[in-house]
Amino acid sequence: MKFRIYRYDPDKDAQPYMRDYDIALEPTDRMLLDALVRIKAEDDSLSLRRSCREGVCGSDAMNINGRNGLACITRLADLKEPVELRPLPGLPVIRDLIVDMSQFFKQYHSIKPYLRNDAAPPSPDKERLQSPAEREELDGLYECILCACCSTSCPSFWWNPDKFVGPAGLLAAYRFIADTRDQATSERLDDLEDPYRLFRCHSIMNCVDVCPKGLNPTRAIGKIKDLMVRRMT
Amino acid sequence: MALPVRKFDAVIVGAGGAGMRASLQLAEAGLKVAVLSKVFPTRSHTVAAQGGIGASLGNMGEDSWLWHMYDTIKGSDYLGDQDAIEFMCRMAPQAVIELEHFGMPFDRNDDGTVYQRPFGGHSQNFGERPVQRSCCAADRTGHAMLHTLYQRNVRANTLFFVEWMALDIIRDPSGQVLGVTAMEMETGEIWIFHARATLFATGGAGRIFSASTNAFINTGDGLGMAARAGIPLEDMEFWQFHPTGVAGAGVLITEGVRGEGGYLLNKDGERFMERYAPTMKDLASRDVVSRAMATEIKEGRGAGKEADYILLKLDHLGLDVIEKRLPGIREIAKKFANVDPVKDPIPVVPTCHYQMGGIPTNYHGEVVVPAGGNPNSVVPGFYAAGECACASVHGANRLGTNSLTDLLVFGRASGDSVIRFLQENPGHKDLPKDAGDYSVQRVARLDGQTGGESVFEVGAEMRRTMQAHCGVFRFPDMLQSGVAKIKAVAERAKRTEIKDKSKTFNTARVEALELDNLIEVAVATLVSADARQESRGAHDRADFAKRDDVNWLKHTLWYREGSRLEYKPVNLKPLTAQTFEPKVRSY
Ligand SMILES: Cc1cc2nc3c(=O)[nH]c(=O)nc-3n(C[C@H](O)[C@H](O)[C@H](O)COP(=O)(O)OP(=O)(O)OC[C@H]3O[C@@H](n4cnc5c(N)ncnc54)[C@H](O)[C@@H]3O)c2cc1C
Ligand code: SF4
Ligand code: SF4
Ligand code: FES
Repeated sequence: MKFRIYRYDPDKDAQPYMRDYDIALEPTDRMLLDALVRIKAEDDSLSLRRSCREGVCGSDAMNINGRNGLACITRLADLKEPVELRPLPGLPVIRDLIVDMSQFFKQYHSIKPYLRNDAAPPSPDKERLQSPAEREELDGLYECILCACCSTSCPSFWWNPDKFVGPAGLLAAYRFIADTRDQATSERLDDLEDPYRLFRCHSIMNCVDVCPKGLNPTRAIGKIKDLMVRRMT
Repeated sequence: MALPVRKFDAVIVGAGGAGMRASLQLAEAGLKVAVLSKVFPTRSHTVAAQGGIGASLGNMGEDSWLWHMYDTIKGSDYLGDQDAIEFMCRMAPQAVIELEHFGMPFDRNDDGTVYQRPFGGHSQNFGERPVQRSCCAADRTGHAMLHTLYQRNVRANTLFFVEWMALDIIRDPSGQVLGVTAMEMETGEIWIFHARATLFATGGAGRIFSASTNAFINTGDGLGMAARAGIPLEDMEFWQFHPTGVAGAGVLITEGVRGEGGYLLNKDGERFMERYAPTMKDLASRDVVSRAMATEIKEGRGAGKEADYILLKLDHLGLDVIEKRLPGIREIAKKFANVDPVKDPIPVVPTCHYQMGGIPTNYHGEVVVPAGGNPNSVVPGFYAAGECACASVHGANRLGTNSLTDLLVFGRASGDSVIRFLQENPGHKDLPKDAGDYSVQRVARLDGQTGGESVFEVGAEMRRTMQAHCGVFRFPDMLQSGVAKIKAVAERAKRTEIKDKSKTFNTARVEALELDNLIEVAVATLVSADARQESRGAHDRADFAKRDDVNWLKHTLWYREGSRLEYKPVNLKPLTAQTFEPKVRSY
């Protein structure tokens, strides 16, 4: 199978370049990551991140034939040849398919991604109660694996990675707003009431298209916007 | 060569569930702690845990920590230390509640309490009937837990060193541990982390086998480092083969599927577990179920063209239950097995999953080794928790859900032990002059190697050897030849060569250094397995079919030096409860 892979090692390459590979696959090689492992066995200088190989750790996000996705759950059979692989767009490249994710995590951290509730729990040995319906509000939000497929396909994030929280961070913000146990909704809304942090989202929906976990950041963003409107009236 | 030095009160290696529960304890106590991880914290393999956390909350029917304790001891085939097991089972409810208070999105019951599902080997009233003890968030419990712990650490301002790989332990001549050497992957630089206390939470080493539910990064680094520093590894012959890995892919299908009512079928459509475990059936403990499956396959009742897998049926649970409780499983089955479990059964085989053994510790998370006649003498400044540690709560076979419990309880306990140690031992001890030389030499050897072996090839040979010689069923001749073979592979591993010489994010170098650790674990496993002449828990020998409490109710300790074995007694004395005497195990 044929591949064209973005290569760049700052130690020796003045410029990034695309390198062609043609490799023989085994019948057990089902996913793109299997093929990359095979390529790496022949050319150990190809660098990429990977860990769980089942789509839960978020390590191996990359741009696959022009679309962001996880190599480990992208079927080889579905890919057009030569398969063109590039690092996630919009973030600085460290080497080959490895990007510097600092900006992405900084935005995630900026929304204070932890439950805020200063009231002591009812009792140290009892859970805070939550009905199944209240808990269901978190479905489609808490499952995010922080792979950055969404934010790095979002034009608004490309232009303002330092100011716009981006889809992943906003999805996380809404995950806490939607949690009946979190008591910081108004602080969270205050923090996002800003021409850039939230309002750079123009509902282009790229993020929804690419999320490998089938999550919908645009809807979460819409809900945050609704809450802002509602609290003004 | 003098390496640059960073100083901390404590350094934690590993940011999985155990490492981050420990770091939280230290960061919230205001200590200067550094947490090193090969990957961004939420990418640690705890993220893949599916089924749940064991704790006797009793939300779904009567339960008690004593029953949990009994199940765990019986599950361990009586090799678990009863003091540590009592401690874990007593602390479990509090650990889960605390996690809920941190924001963990547990599934809920109508009354608002945490939902719990049945799981293998967990029972009411000392084995009478299955109990609902596993606290879960759909089938993404590990993900929910790891993210919650990371989030809480963000709140506590924990200092993470992300994509830093620890290479070796630094000990002074008295044996005290003074920190580690570590390589920053992005730059290839090696630093010394000089710490008053060092805690390992480096996870498992399931990658020594070809078919594994484990992530690529589960390479036993903590075990390799400990072994090279002269610390023995405990009970390494005990590896859990999970009954339901996707055939061919290795990816896990949680036991929660059977907890929710799924069951196993052979090619004749027979629910064969009824024959092997009349009471607990498909929810018998994992060693029992895996052996039953392997027997069915061996005797020609496997499904598929090659009759080499078993079918896991769950379509009768209905779309609603599957979507609500097992959505991740449906996703995995579709992607990796090409079946939609709402309609068709999933092809599964027993797959290497969990290491029961590890770095020997007591229930405070302190690393202990034999010294001066005491089999459990504390190594000052050194702690371990989670899958890399052996407390031992899992003995010869771990019960499902008990690892996440272990991470929470012993992550916290070891953090508390570190705090006490720091209070009693102010100030840093001086580093030995040659601190770091060993790591520098290892990396220089690798970078300078010519005419050597490919890391990929040697690794593949190791995995094949383990798979063929040390699987679900173990045979004397195979164990013996396996020992010779794996030692030969270990010799080859000393001469690995990488073509990539770059300083920048050199993953070839990382993989070569990981192989150095894996191979220690592989040798320890085969040597320990060959020596243990009985069948207990996950260690099943054709030539010694029975458990032998007279001669083998003891823990194995493997030393790297000379691949030497020692043994130490099992602690049968709980903290407050009565001893559970070893008896015949049936489910
Ligand atoms: C697919 C799957 C499902 C499971 N489901 C369950 C379940 O439902 N319930 C249950 O109880 N158990 C389950 N288990 C077992 C359980 O998940 C693991 O035993 C547990 O998560 C291990 O946690 P840990 O904190 O010890 O290590 P890990 O989560 O593996 O973390 C190890 C950490 O150490 C770091 N590290 C390793 N080496 C180095 C180094 N050299 N330098 C720096 N950092 C290093 C890694 O980067 C990582 O941060 C499951 C296991 C698997 C594989
Ligand atoms: S919907 Fe908003 S967040 Fe998503 S890609 Fe578009 S602009 Fe970005
Ligand atoms: S929302 Fe989806 S695409 Fe974005 S980081 Fe989370 S999992 Fe990845
Ligand atoms: S390797 Fe974990 S998401 Fe692909």
